[in-house]
Amino acid sequence: MGEANRAIDRPSSVLRSVAGAAQDGAPELDRLIHERVRLGIVSALAVNRSLSFNELKSMLGLTDGNLSVHARKLEEAGYVECTKSFEGRTPRTDFVLTDSGRASLEAYLNHMEALIQAVRDR
Amino acid sequence: MAKIHPIQPLPPPEDQEPSLDLHERAMDNLRFIRDTMERAGSFTALSGWGLVVIGVAGVLGSWVATRQTSPENWLATWSSAAVVSVLVGVLTTAMKARTARMPMLSGAGRKFMLSLAPPLVAGALLTIFLFRAGMVGLLPGMWMLLYGAGIITAGAFSVSAVPVMGLCFMVFGAGALMSPAAWADGWMAASFGALHVIFGTYIARRHGG
Repeated sequence: MGEANRAIDRPSSVLRSVAGAAQDGAPELDRLIHERVRLGIVSALAVNRSLSFNELKSMLGLTDGNLSVHARKLEEAGYVECTKSFEGRTPRTDFVLTDSGRASLEAYLNHMEALIQAVRDR
Repeated sequence: MAKIHPIQPLPPPEDQEPSLDLHERAMDNLRFIRDTMERAGSFTALSGWGLVVIGVAGVLGSWVATRQTSPENWLATWSSAAVVSVLVGVLTTAMKARTARMPMLSGAGRKFMLSLAPPLVAGALLTIFLFRAGMVGLLPGMWMLLYGAGIITAGAFSVSAVPVMGLCFMVFGAGALMSPAAWADGWMAASFGALHVIFGTYIARRHGG
């Protein structure tokens, strides 16, 4: 009886543990990258050596304010680095994904894969 | 009729709901990441240093080609240079994509190769038939035009220096077709040699290797 019950229960417990890891194990990581705008910024930077503020803005369809708020959060977490310079007289901001930013995107992708795998194994 | 009840209650529905929901959301997140990466990723995995090596092969090729007395040997020289260049290009691009942890055969990289391949195949076929028809003098101009056309269309999926290089190739090709046949190897050195070295160096400096 107990055996059968455990058999039914197992997949969802796997799921719960995966979900738990996402929530409890690394709460900071999840909240930071999970948010759509920030996930977009990190994903776009993962395939480009550097992107300017305007490039990111048009690529992700964001407003100035929205992008700067989320970019600052990622910068504070050390996931992206930003350099400010001048192009003639117009200020220019460039963003680069740091190693820890890349690692956290990979961790996030692994979480998502584990979630999907857990449902598939059922 | 007796109703069959499970002796142990099945896991409550709320246990199932979030799991399926989580799965859906995970899939959705992965799709979002993939779409963003494909939209944002111009194909910078194209190796600048690889292009420089191809350029050096182009210069060496034209040096060897000018010393050939028969058209067969001349064509054999350029054909080997072309094979070596394709191998170097694929290998160095694969290496750069690996270091940058970018997939070479998905998204922009695949589009790049699919756009470049048809003009190259057309060029190879035309080479065989023009050569048989004795129109060897047309070959260099035709190679530059077709290669340039392929690089321009493929370059739409890459950094902006790439289509500019393609345009230069087409201009050089037109020049080669309009000038005396004796200049052919000079045009080849200037295009497949110098253009590759110049743009390769620029891409390597600007786009990391």
